[in-house]
Amino acid sequence: MKEGYKLIYEGPKTLVDRRMHYCPGCFHATIHKLLMEVIEEMDIQEKTVGVCPVGCSVFAYDYMDVDMQEAAHGRAAAVATGIKRMLPDRFVFSYQGDGDLAAIGTAETLHACNRGENFTFIFINNGIYGMTGGQMAPTTLEGQKTSTSPYGRDPEKIGLPMKMAEIVSQFDRVAYVERVSCDTPAHARKAKKALRTAFEYQGKKLGTTFVEVASNCPSGWKMTPEESLKWLQERVFPYYPLKVFKKPEKEEA
Amino acid sequence: MPAKGYVEIDIERCKGCGLCVLSCPTDCLALNTSDTNSYGLHYAYLDDEDKCIACMNCAVICPDAAITVYKKEEDRKEQRS
Amino acid sequence: MGELRLMKGNEALGEAAIRAGLQGYFGYPITPQSEVIEYLAQQEPHHNYTLLQAESEVAAVNMMYGAGGAGARVLTTTSSPGFSLMQEGISYIAAAEIPCLFCNVVRGGPGLGTIQPSQSDYFQSTKGGGHGDYHPIVLAPNSVQETVDFVYLGFELADKYRTPVTILSDGAIGQMMEKVVLPDPIEYKPNKPWATTGKTKDRERNILTSLYIQSEDMEKKNIKLQKKYEKIKKNEVRYEEYNTEDAEIIITSFGLTSRVCKKTVDVGRKEGMKIGLFRPQILWPFPWNRLGEYGDKNHVKFFISIEMNAGQMVEDVKLAVCGKKPVHFYGRMGGIVPDPIEVLEHIKKIKE
Repeated sequence: MKEGYKLIYEGPKTLVDRRMHYCPGCFHATIHKLLMEVIEEMDIQEKTVGVCPVGCSVFAYDYMDVDMQEAAHGRAAAVATGIKRMLPDRFVFSYQGDGDLAAIGTAETLHACNRGENFTFIFINNGIYGMTGGQMAPTTLEGQKTSTSPYGRDPEKIGLPMKMAEIVSQFDRVAYVERVSCDTPAHARKAKKALRTAFEYQGKKLGTTFVEVASNCPSGWKMTPEESLKWLQERVFPYYPLKVFKKPEKEEA
Repeated sequence: MPAKGYVEIDIERCKGCGLCVLSCPTDCLALNTSDTNSYGLHYAYLDDEDKCIACMNCAVICPDAAITVYKKEEDRKEQRS
Repeated sequence: MGELRLMKGNEALGEAAIRAGLQGYFGYPITPQSEVIEYLAQQEPHHNYTLLQAESEVAAVNMMYGAGGAGARVLTTTSSPGFSLMQEGISYIAAAEIPCLFCNVVRGGPGLGTIQPSQSDYFQSTKGGGHGDYHPIVLAPNSVQETVDFVYLGFELADKYRTPVTILSDGAIGQMMEKVVLPDPIEYKPNKPWATTGKTKDRERNILTSLYIQSEDMEKKNIKLQKKYEKIKKNEVRYEEYNTEDAEIIITSFGLTSRVCKKTVDVGRKEGMKIGLFRPQILWPFPWNRLGEYGDKNHVKFFISIEMNAGQMVEDVKLAVCGKKPVHFYGRMGGIVPDPIEVLEHIKKIKE
């Protein structure tokens, strides 16, 4: 460190000190980092248990220095339910992609929300199945080309993209739902705030908390990281707006 | 005028995604197009040291937590004036 | 006659299905077979089949049930974790006697496992996999060409016996590129009076179900299924014999490992060993009778099953040989493919 300067920011210690495998520019890495900062700042590393999905973030347990369980594809909400019911005083989160949460895991997701399970969903929505080579997801945009929608998603054949934040907001016992992104520093700071808020509400036992991240996939979208931000801003945000969909009426249980 | 801050970028952690370069309000970061790290990626670096204002935008946006930010300690004389 | 191409296993499977009269494909991406659905999605505008990426394998197998029950020629492909999800559906399909073609491109397990090739789903495929007394017919190709041929065969057998058929492939066969002769496209004209297409005035309504609450009815249904399986056992046995006429050592192997073992036989024979390969091409019904005949032959000293699992087909080999000669096993797991010399060395150790 240079003389006369002080350290004002470094990566969180709760992030394992190793290079993450995610593609350059991928928001999975960004959210891993922001989430681990929240856990460090709240000093809850010893009380946190996470559930990771099947998808690009299947190796999340290699990077997050907290106890974690690998769930079968789509079942993270059920696994998190099991953990939280047995350990209600721990901070439990599920971390899932769009295939995991909105395709194969829809039943588990909706039922956990309906029951008001007191854990935090972190939903990384990038409109594509990255790990398996870029197939269409339930959240792929109309007209978007993927390897299983090579001519563009046709709503006549398979419907419009699903809006999970909007859907889960309908449940009475879901306390807090916000959609965020990490395309600008301002948005990334807001994303971190949302994660922190979700965990605080979980600590107050207010019900299910759900943070959806409108995320990117430069590799799957066949774009540079910079182009992927433009796609988010021009095409994704108009359909998937960044906002708070629901928050608790009373901030105490 | 000396910089208000400076950043250190972990060359091997950096993936050359360029998001920090885009996010810097003073354009003091750049990708090193004449060198690569051991993964073959053009890493980012502090190109113009005088312009850093320690806003932390780069560190916040960096997906790989590859950036450390330092801020100048406030000088007593400067504070009074 | 046919078209010669260099193709990746997964894509060849998709192309074969199209040529064999595919009418419906319902699947979900999973490594190492996502290329099948991607290929079929690419080709869709040029053909008449329906393709749907389901929300999960559970949904996919039930779409198969519905579409197959409506009389269509249907295919789904998946890999081990996804195939596990389909087992309930396959039990229903077997019970309701709906023709369906499955392909499991096996990867290492158990659990999420690895994406490398394996043969550890043999039990799951041949012993039923789901609940109840039933057996899908299980075809085990060992090359891209055989995969293509078995797509045609699989569809035919499914229709002929009104039963689910599984092609048991693996990650290597799915990913490798080989020369393949693609058969000419057929014009598929099904005749399925039992299908649920709408009750017309000339017939009773068609019901496809697997629910038989009265025990006597359930037993009758099971007897009917068992009679069908006896017929299949009699008529649909298929195997390949390589240098077994005078062999002292008989290697039993299927799929990818059989190709490794062919080389083992070649090297062994060059060194003067009397060694041969017996390769079941259809795993259920297993060629118990034919393999059992080798047990009676004087020149045979022992059998050894070479597999990429902890020892699965070897149990059927033991059943066939029925204690007449020793049956050994050698296998690799986790997606590791044994090499021919490694296998030969192991066999030599046993010989001593």
